[in-house]
Amino acid sequence: MTAPPPEVLRSWLEKMILIRLAEDKVMEIYMQGLVPGTVHLCQGQEAASVGAIGALTADDWLLCTYRGHHHALARGMDLEAFFAEIMGRDTGACGGMGGSSYVIDASLGMIGSPAIIGAGIPVATGAGMTARLRGEDRIAMCFFGDGACNIGAFHEALNMAQLWRSQAVFLIENNQYGEYTPFRDSTALPPEAPIAHRASAYGMAHTVTDGQDAMAVHEVVARARAQAVAGDGPTLIEAQTYRYRGHSRTDPGTYRPPGELDAWKERDPIGILAERIDASEAVEEIRARLQDEVDEAAERAAEGPWPSLDQARGYVFAD
Amino acid sequence: MSSQTESPAPGGAEVVTYREAIRLALDDAMAADETVLLLGEDIAKAGGPFKTTAGLYEKYGVDRVFDTPIAENGFCGIALGMALTGLRPVVEIMFSDFLPTAFDAIAMELPRWRFMSGGQTSAPVTVRASGGGGGRFGAQTSSTGESWFLQFYGLKVAVAGSPQGAYGLLRAAIAHNNPVVVFDHKAMHLRKGPLVRGDDRLADIGKAVVVRSGSDVTIVASLLMVNRSLEAAEALAGEGIDVEVIDISWLRPLDMATVAASVERTGRLVIAEEQYHDGGWGASIISRLATAAAPLASPPVAVSMPEILISHSPPLEDAMIPSAERIAEAVRSACR
Ligand SMILES: Cc1ncc(C[n+]2csc(CCOP(=O)(O)OP(=O)(O)O)c2C)c(N)n1
Ligand SMILES: [Mg+2]
Repeated sequence: MTAPPPEVLRSWLEKMILIRLAEDKVMEIYMQGLVPGTVHLCQGQEAASVGAIGALTADDWLLCTYRGHHHALARGMDLEAFFAEIMGRDTGACGGMGGSSYVIDASLGMIGSPAIIGAGIPVATGAGMTARLRGEDRIAMCFFGDGACNIGAFHEALNMAQLWRSQAVFLIENNQYGEYTPFRDSTALPPEAPIAHRASAYGMAHTVTDGQDAMAVHEVVARARAQAVAGDGPTLIEAQTYRYRGHSRTDPGTYRPPGELDAWKERDPIGILAERIDASEAVEEIRARLQDEVDEAAERAAEGPWPSLDQARGYVFAD
Repeated sequence: MSSQTESPAPGGAEVVTYREAIRLALDDAMAADETVLLLGEDIAKAGGPFKTTAGLYEKYGVDRVFDTPIAENGFCGIALGMALTGLRPVVEIMFSDFLPTAFDAIAMELPRWRFMSGGQTSAPVTVRASGGGGGRFGAQTSSTGESWFLQFYGLKVAVAGSPQGAYGLLRAAIAHNNPVVVFDHKAMHLRKGPLVRGDDRLADIGKAVVVRSGSDVTIVASLLMVNRSLEAAEALAGEGIDVEVIDISWLRPLDMATVAASVERTGRLVIAEEQYHDGGWGASIISRLATAAAPLASPPVAVSMPEILISHSPPLEDAMIPSAERIAEAVRSACR
């Protein structure tokens, strides 16, 4: 596959910086009491979402998870709608019904982002079936965590996805932990084998990629996408990455061995891409510009009205 | 199955089995809308464990009738993905007792995604399940399951009490833009009754059906209990008790208007349900009547399953499932 043109790579860099700043902002407004509930942040995992989404077309569908802010922003969600959703406002992307864990914009092909581990994997399989049955040049891109690879829905869906050649691409963001437990303590695998290895039980293509390198992720997703639309079946991709923050807002991450976080930060996705495209000098300027955008969007979002119970009632059933 | 009550067909109706009515509903829905497709275990080449899909694979082909692996939660989630992207899948769950394996998909995903998205998406999925006792199938394959999902707001729930109900409810469910669970009863599959086929507007969503008019007592029943209530009503007619029987048809939305109007005339209510009373639709009806409307002439009576589990042993199963005699006795006690 040929590498994307420089202006595209530059836009990815901007997106990753935007995601980083937005997530830091989410933390800040949380501390100000503007965010109900909890949040699951993704600082450190920007490359997996930006690289993968960079390989999609506007028609492709996305299934995300409760740790899904980076997917929404990588796909181009409006910033104010993003913050307003997290704050539970009527002006939010989902009218304030979804919250931090369910920030989607269906007009961008984002069709779901469940808080239930693994629940999106069968759904992506089904969406990928729609594409296949209609003969469309379209896929369902499914993001989930390492922890989701132990739930039945993962195995049931992979089996059917391969059996029926669903036009889906499955991407594990292996951030090394499911909540507070290292993935190897909960995931039976041959010694040293990656989780993606499990796809071989279903005869499914699988691959492991450097989740800190947006270009590497892009390349494998682009290949998997082409394979899926050609009718040659889905791929299980494992992007190895790391979340810089704890599992959720209150988790200080004390279960991580000393030095681990710093070692991963040495391979920061923003730094890696900036260096690759020779834009390290530009990072500060981009950051300053986007910081203003983020601050303003969050400020406007905080002025959004609360949704009413009547609005909530109206969202339950379609006409 | 005992008394196979075979009603004569009114003008324009054919007489078909309940199971054939299900098959015809699927066939007609698939013919009317090419986005309708079927998923389930052994439903394609084999025509379905209960023959409710016989011939449909041959007629509509491999891309519309899917034999699934035994993975209920997985294929119900797949149906959600298809529905979110423009298809109208109908999922067959062989026995209601297998619904709990798909609890996440049906209870937690299907009814909530639209809400969480703030109305951006919708999930027109029909889940149909065959349930109920009488087949000597034992503790894990005899439940109706009809009230299990009532706490999962966002789902609509239908129960088929006749061939006409089986057809009409299914057509309405498939055309509806929200997830619907449609229950049928295994012991009714071979019973015959009149069927008028048509489009998806034969049965209104949330509308109960008065299947027998009477002035002394109202029985509200679902599934097989509709038949048994009608049998009880016949027997009671000889005793001078005039019974009205309502096939509730929808557990959500619950047609309280029809029930309340009937009870207002009769002043007496009997619930006939093949399930435990607590937490079921019958208890909801009694509770809603108690907090509304005019007081009843006598306390409501519920004929439900005893709080024991179902065994395959014939006398034990027969003691679990309300009989026409038990229903008649409840009516007599309500009239005393
Ligand atoms: C079915 C289910 N069980 C438990 C939880 C609670 N829970 C939320 S996140 C999480 C860890 C998931 O880990 P992983 O899939 O690796 O995703 P990550 O949080 O690392 O992005 C758990 C156990 C849940 N949401 N759903
Ligand atoms: Mg994880």
